[in-house]
Amino acid sequence: MLALLVRRVIGLVLTLLAAAVVVFVVMEVLPGDPAAVMLGVQATPETLAALRTELGLDRPAPVRFATWIIDLLQGDLGISYTYRVPVAGLIAERLTITVPLALLSIALSTAIALPLGILAAARHDRPADAGIMVFSQIGVAVPNFWFALLLVLLFSVTLGWLPSGGFPGWQAGIGAAFAALALPAISLALPQAAILARVTRSAVLDALGEDYVRTARAKGLTRAATLRRHVLRNALIPVVTIMGLQFSFLLAGAIIIENVFYLPGLGRLVFQAIAQRDLIVVRDIVLLLAAMVIFINFAVDVLYTLIDPRLRGQRT
Amino acid sequence: MKFPRAAAIMQRPALAAGATITLLLAMVALVSLVWTPYPYTDMNIAMRLQPPSARHWLGTDQFGRDILSMLMAGSRNSFAVGFVAVGIGLGIGVALGTTAAVRGGIVDDVVMRLADFTFAFPAVLSAIMITAWLGPGAVNAIIAIGIFNIPVFARLSRGSALQVLSRDFILAARAAGKGMARITVEHVLPNIAGILVVQATIQFALAILAEAGLAYLGLGTQPPNPSWGRMLNEAQTFMHRSPWLAIFPGAAIALAVLGFNLLGDGLRDLIDPKLRRARS
Amino acid sequence: MSRLARAVLLTLLVIWPFAAHAQKDSVTIGQTLEPPTLDPTTGAAQAIREVTYLNIYEGLLRIDRDGKLQPLLAESWTVSPDNLTYTFRLRRGVKFHDGSDFDAADVKFTFERAMAPDSTNAQKWIFAPIARIETPDRYTVVITLKEPTGNFLYGLAWGDAVIFAPETVAENRTKPIGTGPYRFERWVRGDRVELVRNDAYWARIPAISRATFRFISDPQAQVAAIRAGDVDALSNLAAQEAADQLKNDANLKVVVGNTEGETILAINNAKPPFNDVRVRRAIAHAIDRMAVIDGAVSGYGTPIGTHFSPNHPAYVDLTGTYPYDPARARALLAEAGHPNGFNATLRLPPPPYARRSGEIIAAQLAQVGIKVSIEPIEFAQWLDQVFRNKNYDLTIIAHTEPLDIGIYARDDYYFQYRNPAFNALMAKIGTTMDEAERNRLYGEAQRMLTTDAVNVFLFQLPKIGVWNVNLTGMWENWPLPANPIAELSWKR
Repeated sequence: MLALLVRRVIGLVLTLLAAAVVVFVVMEVLPGDPAAVMLGVQATPETLAALRTELGLDRPAPVRFATWIIDLLQGDLGISYTYRVPVAGLIAERLTITVPLALLSIALSTAIALPLGILAAARHDRPADAGIMVFSQIGVAVPNFWFALLLVLLFSVTLGWLPSGGFPGWQAGIGAAFAALALPAISLALPQAAILARVTRSAVLDALGEDYVRTARAKGLTRAATLRRHVLRNALIPVVTIMGLQFSFLLAGAIIIENVFYLPGLGRLVFQAIAQRDLIVVRDIVLLLAAMVIFINFAVDVLYTLIDPRLRGQRT
Repeated sequence: MKFPRAAAIMQRPALAAGATITLLLAMVALVSLVWTPYPYTDMNIAMRLQPPSARHWLGTDQFGRDILSMLMAGSRNSFAVGFVAVGIGLGIGVALGTTAAVRGGIVDDVVMRLADFTFAFPAVLSAIMITAWLGPGAVNAIIAIGIFNIPVFARLSRGSALQVLSRDFILAARAAGKGMARITVEHVLPNIAGILVVQATIQFALAILAEAGLAYLGLGTQPPNPSWGRMLNEAQTFMHRSPWLAIFPGAAIALAVLGFNLLGDGLRDLIDPKLRRARS
Repeated sequence: MSRLARAVLLTLLVIWPFAAHAQKDSVTIGQTLEPPTLDPTTGAAQAIREVTYLNIYEGLLRIDRDGKLQPLLAESWTVSPDNLTYTFRLRRGVKFHDGSDFDAADVKFTFERAMAPDSTNAQKWIFAPIARIETPDRYTVVITLKEPTGNFLYGLAWGDAVIFAPETVAENRTKPIGTGPYRFERWVRGDRVELVRNDAYWARIPAISRATFRFISDPQAQVAAIRAGDVDALSNLAAQEAADQLKNDANLKVVVGNTEGETILAINNAKPPFNDVRVRRAIAHAIDRMAVIDGAVSGYGTPIGTHFSPNHPAYVDLTGTYPYDPARARALLAEAGHPNGFNATLRLPPPPYARRSGEIIAAQLAQVGIKVSIEPIEFAQWLDQVFRNKNYDLTIIAHTEPLDIGIYARDDYYFQYRNPAFNALMAKIGTTMDEAERNRLYGEAQRMLTTDAVNVFLFQLPKIGVWNVNLTGMWENWPLPANPIAELSWKR
């Protein structure tokens, strides 16, 4: 067990290092000079050179890579070229929008999808099931940014109930902040809910087909009680897996939605940083997100073993 | 009243619906090659932002172009993206996946590690970086989407191939003196083709969605070639006065994705009815 | 919602309208982009100037709303007969926001810092003519130039030549210190910068006591914010098409003004077939400028026929030189040996005005046989490929720097326009100190550019300001990007 863990951790570190190399190389080959972007069209060559020196861009690539990694290991994410403030602070600021947004949409999609999925399974092969499956098909097919535009059209342009974009900051009050996050969260939640509902449905159906369920029913337990006591617990495994993957998807996948709503979250930060060639910000964020996916997958694996004792020992 | 096998009946209609939608879209794409109501690049500034009418069924955009014509021509773009991006994933992915399954050992390890590694990068973000590197445009967007299709097919074909390889007839074939390459071509590939076609259909739908997303960010297909995603991008600031600009292209994307998803699900049930319930 | 939250919300809803009706002495201005830092010497981003210029920082001179030079920290100045020595008398009793005195040493420090080899000032050209700076006494600065420079004073009025104190200059990125009528109070990143009145200001104490700059990049959110009264003014709408929604609002004033941004279809003059003036003229005739303005900026741009701002007294209207005439364009192309047209690429940077103009122009050029393929690129790539390496056929960009006709005299500039007569004219303007004569020469230069059809001059990028009808003093045009709060007041 311990040897397995050590091996996995080594694999984790190697994967992260490889990810760092890939990100660094991709950022290096991007055409365009960060200093030129910052100084605009009137800058003289010597001004550009001075700024490159100030930003440390005049050093050879391997040196910059090594510096970046060593700094990262010491918890220093570097200084943003564009904003001239520590990247860690920038990311932290943006996460105060992106994380609540992701959590909100996960909560929403779970609240919609779990009951629907369970209902569909319980009413297997009946109209309710068919209806829920149709909803799920449509939910998967609708592009979330289009759904977002439709929501804006209805709730902002036509009804004027909710803001069409922007974020007033948490200090503007919890109500205003949530109002700004409402439409983005809903648009992110719809496709998630559609997928989650399907997973829940098939997981519950699978569990319903197991022997111990039949035994429970034979012992005289009602259908509802069986569902509660035996089925849901077992159906939780694939559902948790999908939710874990969805969370990591939401942190990065919110890029498009953050752009639709002009939300100053992590996705918009990295999107703009690519355009502005704020290379250090892009590198840090991409690596952070990749690391997060890797860790979440790791965590989901651990959860698997916790929820389902049968898996203990047989996982490789 | 009881509907004993309502969902079961729904399954075949789903296949029928999926096939109908995709065929219809394919026909629209073909027709658009020879005919659209108006030339889709024709601008008429005097007729800009016209609401739907008898002359322009779906209205006109900010340059006075006919939306219906643009949507029709845009379907070509979506098909092209789907075919090429899935083709890249299928071609390279299956080659890697089956090789990994057949050869095993270190090859298998390397291929699967690479697949895991690719999955660790957020796909949208990576596609944005790739287009920043290679420049925005249809071809580069397709490449970016195609790259992320490779691990999907690699994993799937490896898993399916391993199952096939454990079957008795493979042993028989080996006993008959056939080489692994021949076995792969003659026995493994035909047996995993079905599941690959199903996955390809699903990935096709995902590729259309992904291209629409990139085009929405301004990184996909470029003018004058119409793209549904870019039409949405351009619609956003005009939405308050011309909502149709935002409604029709999105509906087209949703319809295409729905069609391919239904087709994929339907095909899967046809090939392997046991999988029906386990679909996720 | 908890009961407490509901109560707070209710109270706010009740109090808000009354608070707004009490004599207001604060102002909230919405602008599209957030400044990356608050130090204008860290980059060229216009948003930095929009917040800080004339509010936090001041220079020796300033530009007023009409684009005219006015004294500011320099009370007066004299220029030697050989036009090489400028003597500035500084204003006394001026203090920086940290309480320290402003004097000649600060000027010397600021300018020498901007001239230094490691300077990252985006407009270093302003300081390039300076040979040396002397401070004979605490309130006198004597600047000696290497050669007579007609625009020297004008450059000193820019937001890039504002005066800093040596002790605080390093902190300016996040805690700016200047001599201006407003002190920096706080910056809520992603949302706003707050300024408060500097009650120790050296000149008249302004009417507005607090100013907030809010950064709203969503065009629809800008509309909603000004309608709801969350902002009192929008200095320049993010999307011109949004103006339609606000025009009929009786509480708001929509003011269409000009920036200094000449939007041009730039042509690579050194590359065949564009090195033939007939081809360039054909392109000019093939483009329907008014259709471009309608399609790209919803009709809000002022058409221009040369590279000069219509705001400037020296402007000459040359929009009629190449009227829209596809037949004439085709004839010119045939004359130049391209009866069937040719292929070209059009590289477009990201701003919507460029992308939209590009689509329309590509369609218009197709009408005369020039098959244009559009290549959208990021700004970083534009700077690299088009601007630096001159690897392009056609591109569209707005040149936003004021009075920048001189770029046509740079032979290595990306237009690759090489005309010794024009260069000589610019050199003459540089050393002409008489304003009337200089304006006459500027007129001559404008005509030369149009005659040579160097680029296709499309329109002046508009500044569409929207503000509360009771707010007076907002700049209608932008001779320089600026929102001087001290000039604002509320009608009683």
